[in-house]
Amino acid sequence: MAKNLKEILVENSNGLVHMWLEEVAEKQKEVTNSAISQDLFENTNREFVNIIFGSVEKESLTSDLDNFTERVINLGWPLSYLTDGLQLFKRVAIEYLIEHEELDVPVPKVLRHVDELVNPIINQLVNEYSGSWENTVSLQRVALQELSAPLIPVMDNITVMPLIGTIDTERAKFIMENLLDGVIKHHAEVVLIDITGVPVVDTMVAHHIIQAAEAVRLIGSTCILVGIRPEIAQTIVNLGIDLSKFPTKSSLRKGFTTALEMTNQMIVQTNSEEQTIEELIDSLDRSEQS
Amino acid sequence: MDFRTCVNIQKEWDIVGARQFGRDFSKKLGFGIVDQARIATAISELARNIYLYAGSGKICFDEVENVGSRGICIVAIDTGPGIKDISQVMEDGFSTSGGLGAGLPGVKRLMDEFDITSKTGEGTEIRVVKWVR
Repeated sequence: MAKNLKEILVENSNGLVHMWLEEVAEKQKEVTNSAISQDLFENTNREFVNIIFGSVEKESLTSDLDNFTERVINLGWPLSYLTDGLQLFKRVAIEYLIEHEELDVPVPKVLRHVDELVNPIINQLVNEYSGSWENTVSLQRVALQELSAPLIPVMDNITVMPLIGTIDTERAKFIMENLLDGVIKHHAEVVLIDITGVPVVDTMVAHHIIQAAEAVRLIGSTCILVGIRPEIAQTIVNLGIDLSKFPTKSSLRKGFTTALEMTNQMIVQTNSEEQTIEELIDSLDRSEQS
Repeated sequence: MDFRTCVNIQKEWDIVGARQFGRDFSKKLGFGIVDQARIATAISELARNIYLYAGSGKICFDEVENVGSRGICIVAIDTGPGIKDISQVMEDGFSTSGGLGAGLPGVKRLMDEFDITSKTGEGTEIRVVKWVR
């Protein structure tokens, strides 16, 4: 009997497809998305319904289904498109079976049978979809971690760590480790921590920075905190955070000058071309006079 | 009380979400850049307290009006263990988690109005207001 219901569905697939397409088009009107062209939408719908029928007919999940899901994900369509589509399919199939029932199958049985046919497809689609998102999120996490605490040795004994974005507990740990490793590795006497790109400095962020600076001090180097914007300076004062244990500067440039002084270094400008030309003219003048 | 918007705090990244929302909201109300930073920092402290001590809770935002002036009202609500001695947590330098202990007294200084009610075992509610100057 169960087989019969399935056969009825498959035999009448043309009518069902038609009904389903109408329902989906109706649904689409409610959620108007102008970014998707009508052609693309209709083609995808047709393909979707064929795949549903393919799966229903074979009573197994086909690789077509996987490919189709992947494409929908790549198009960036919402999961609700897929789940809505399948819910509608279920409704259409049930309505059709009940209306065109020549066999005397009780309604609950029809419901259950259609559920059994369609639910595996829904599960598969949802799994596929969420799996793809989880994958994306974990990749982004890795990418974010790679960006989270870079250490740049700019000169002998001077190293810069620019921080951009929000600092959470995990990142704070990472910063500390990278900072200490880097100081030892590059033999840095002075480390500049640049917080220009940190949007909010609350007590937790300040606490981590203070700890990092203290740890740097313990291994014999100096930490200079640079890039403190005026509004951040005011909030730090309001919060009552004591940052007097290490030098702070408003900009990386000023911090760098201080670092140069601390390491007894200087940046000397080499003779520019203009100067050499001036000297030449000078010497020419002199030779003319003599 | 009926709030316009609430942000749930469950994960550490929800703190960022609450802060971002607060910053946008205060910008819309006409706060200057320094006050925006103050409000964002205060939200950060409140949200972090919820995350650290209560586990979960929410931060609610609303617009308040007083004769001729507008302001932002932020309420942090949790159903955590509550605070036993409020005067102690309002002291500078008191912390049970090894932090700086500047959180709550700092929030009080960052904002214009500060109200705290807490019952042991029931939860904590902190209401702060900042007026547009």
